[in-house]
Amino acid sequence: MAGGPAPSGTGGMFSAGSQKAFNSQLKKVYTWYTGGFLVFVVVLAILEQMGLPRNWIGYVFLLATVLLYAGIGVMSRTSDAAEYYVAGRRVPALFNGMATGADWMSAASFIGMAGTLYLTGYGGLAFIMGWTGGYCLVALFLAPYLRKFGQFTIPDFLGARFGGNIPRFVGIVAAILCSFTYVVAQIYGVGLITTRLTGVAFEIGIFLGLGGILVCSFLGGMRAVTWTQVAQYIILIVAYLIPVVWLSIKHTGVPVPQLVYGKVLEKVTAREQQLIDDPKEKEVRAIFKARADAANANLANPKAYDEGKAKLVAAVEAAKAENAPEKVATAEAALKAWPADAAAATAQWTKDKGLAARAAPPLRHAEAFPGKDEKASDVSRRNFLALIFCLMVGTAALPHILMRYYTTPSVKEARDSVFWSLFFIFLLYFTAPALAVLAKYEVYNLLVGTEFAKLPQWVASWARVDPALLSVVDVNKDGILQLAEMSIGGDIVVLATPEIGGLPYVISGLVAAGGLAAALSTADGLLLTIANALSHDLYYKMLDPNAPTARRVMISKILLLVVALAAAYVAAQKPADILFLVSAAFSFAAAAFFPALVCGIFWKRANKWGATLGMIAGLGITFYYMVTTQVWMREALLGIPRSAPVQLWWDIQPISAGLWGVPLGFLVIIVVSLLTPAPDRETQELVEHVRYPNLAGDTMKTLGT
Amino acid sequence: MQLSQKHVEYWNKNLRITAILLFIWFLVTFVVGFYAKALSFNFFGWPFAFWMGAQGALVVYVIIIWYYARYMNNLDKEYDVHEGEE
Repeated sequence: MAGGPAPSGTGGMFSAGSQKAFNSQLKKVYTWYTGGFLVFVVVLAILEQMGLPRNWIGYVFLLATVLLYAGIGVMSRTSDAAEYYVAGRRVPALFNGMATGADWMSAASFIGMAGTLYLTGYGGLAFIMGWTGGYCLVALFLAPYLRKFGQFTIPDFLGARFGGNIPRFVGIVAAILCSFTYVVAQIYGVGLITTRLTGVAFEIGIFLGLGGILVCSFLGGMRAVTWTQVAQYIILIVAYLIPVVWLSIKHTGVPVPQLVYGKVLEKVTAREQQLIDDPKEKEVRAIFKARADAANANLANPKAYDEGKAKLVAAVEAAKAENAPEKVATAEAALKAWPADAAAATAQWTKDKGLAARAAPPLRHAEAFPGKDEKASDVSRRNFLALIFCLMVGTAALPHILMRYYTTPSVKEARDSVFWSLFFIFLLYFTAPALAVLAKYEVYNLLVGTEFAKLPQWVASWARVDPALLSVVDVNKDGILQLAEMSIGGDIVVLATPEIGGLPYVISGLVAAGGLAAALSTADGLLLTIANALSHDLYYKMLDPNAPTARRVMISKILLLVVALAAAYVAAQKPADILFLVSAAFSFAAAAFFPALVCGIFWKRANKWGATLGMIAGLGITFYYMVTTQVWMREALLGIPRSAPVQLWWDIQPISAGLWGVPLGFLVIIVVSLLTPAPDRETQELVEHVRYPNLAGDTMKTLGT
Repeated sequence: MQLSQKHVEYWNKNLRITAILLFIWFLVTFVVGFYAKALSFNFFGWPFAFWMGAQGALVVYVIIIWYYARYMNNLDKEYDVHEGEE
C-alpha cells in the first residue's frame, strides 16, 4: 500500500520546518492509505459478486493486513534508542491519538463490548464509562507531566522521583504483572480470530498472529509499533462502523445510530414486557426450572444415580410386560439417555443446575440495578460504581498507555494528544451501546416468534461454528422460537452483525480483520512494555549502566521474542477465565501505579519509602482480596475447594479488588512519607521541573536519549 | 532554584482548573450513577441515566480533556512557561 509512513531520522529535537513537513507528510500518507484500503474492500466485494469463494476472502484479508503491518515494521526498522523506545519523540498529537486508540482498544473492546452490553444492559455501561473516563485522569494528572519528564518507561519515573532502585524494581514487577496477564488475553484473541477467518487450528492461529506482532515490534520497537497502530486504528474503526450504520439505516432510516437508537430502545423495552408476560415464554422457562430443580434434587441425593436407573429399567420391564412396542421404544430411549456412570451423572446434573439461569425472565435492558429487593439492588449499584472506579483508575495507570505520551514532541502536544486519544476511542465506545440495542431489536422482533423451519440461514451457520455462541432448541416442541429457547454468547453480536443486517460476506471479513487489528495492536504495545521494563529498567538501569545503546536495543529485541513466546505458550493452554484476567490487570495497575505516580507529581513531600511501601501495600491487598474471593484462583493457589463459602468485604466482587488497593496505596504513601525524612533538594527540584513545561532558570535535563 | 511569585500562581491556577474538571468528572460518573434509578425519566427515548452512561458522560469526558488542553496551553503562554515553537 501507500509508501513509508516513517521517513528515516535520528530522533531528538527537530527544527520548526521539519516537524511541520513531517506532520503534513503523515497526513498525506494516511489519507492515501485509507483510500487504498476502501478501494481494496470494494474490489473484494466485486470479486465476491463474481463468485470468489468465502474462505478465499478470509485468506486475502488475513494475508493482506498482516503483510501490511509487517511492511510498515520493515520500513521502520531501527536500532537507535530514542527511536526504538519512544519513536524519536516526534509523533504529532493526532497520530499519537490514533495509535493510543489502537493500543487501547483490544479484542475485548472490539468484539466483546457490544456483546457484554447486549447480555447485561445497564450493568455493562460500567465498561463503557470506565474505559473512557479514565482518560480524564490521564489528562489531568499524568500525561503532560510524564512528557516533561521525558524518559522511556514508567519505572524510569519512579526511579528518578523516588530515588533509587527499590521503587524502580517494584515498578518493574508491577508493570510485568499487569502487562503479561493482559497480553495473554490478546494473543488468545488473535488465535480465535485467525481460526474463524481461515479455519486453521487454534494453536497455528496463535503462532500466525504472533508472526504479525513480532515482525513489527521486533524490528522497529516503538517507532514501528506507532505507525502500525495508526494503520490498525483506521482498519478497526472502519470495520466497526460500517455494519452498525447499515443496521441503523435499515431500522430508523438515519445513518447516525448513536443519535437515534433511543426510539429503538423504547420499542425493545415494550417488547421485553411482552416477552416477560408471554405464556409460551413462561412455559419454556418453567421447563428449564423443572430441569434445574430435578438436577438439584439428584445432586443432593447420594443414591440418585442407582435409584434413577432402577426406575428406568423397571419402566422398560413394565412396558415389555404390557406388550406395547411404542412404549418399549420410549422407555428404552430414556434408559439409553441416562448417564453411563455416577461420575458422568454428577457432571450432567451440575451442568443442568446452570439451567436455572435460563428460567429467569429476560433482563430489562435499560433498567438500572435490577434486584429482587432493595438490598440486592443496592449491592448491584455498589459493584457497578466500584467497577467503574477500578477501570478508570486502572486506565490511568497501565504502563503501555502512559508510555505513549512520551512519544509526542512537546508537553502541549501531549495534552492535545490525550484529547485525540479519547476522541478516537470515543468513536467506538459511543457506538457500542447503539449496536447492542439494534441487535437486540433484531433478535427480539425478527427472530423470536419465527417458525424453526423459517429461521434465517445465519442462525444455523453460527450454531455450527460454536454452540456456545448461539444455540436454539425447540424446548416446548411448539415449532416456534421462544426467546428462552435461545442461548447466545456475547461475542456473536459484533461478529454476526453483518449477516444479521444482510450485508455481503466481505463485510464479515472486514469485521474479523478489524478484530484482528485491535488484538494485534494491543499485543504489540504490551509486549514492548514488558521487554522495555526488562531490558531498559532492569538490565540497563540496574545491572549494567554502562551498556552501549546498541546492546540495550539488541537485548530488548531478544527479550521481546522470549516474552512473546511465553505469552503464546500460556495462551495456547486456553486459561480459564480470560475476561477476569483482563479486568484483574486493571485492578493491579490501579493499585500499584496510580497513587505513587500522582503523589510523585502533586506532593513534593512524598518520598522513597512512602512510595515503595505504598505500591507494595496497594498491590498486596488487591492480590490478597482476589486470591481469597475468586474461587478458581483460590483453588489454584490456596487449595481451597470452590464450593467453600466466600467472605466478601462489603459485598464487593473480586473483579473490583482495586477498590481496596488504591485508597490503601494513597494512605500508606502519605503516612510513611510523613514519618520518614523529606526527599532531598534535587528531588524537589525535579518535581518543579515536571510541573512547568518550560521553567526559566531551570537547568535540569531529564530527557532520555 | 527559587520559584517566582508568577510560577506559584501558574501552579495554583493549574490546581484549580484540575479540581473543577475533576468535580465535573465525578458528577457525571458517580453521582449520576448513584442516583440512576431516580434519574430514569424519558430523555428523547432513553431513560436519562442510561443515556448518560452510554453517551452523555462520554461526551462530557471528551469536552473535559479538550478544555483542559486548551486552557493549559493558553495559561503556558500567559505565564511564559510555554515551550519553543516547533
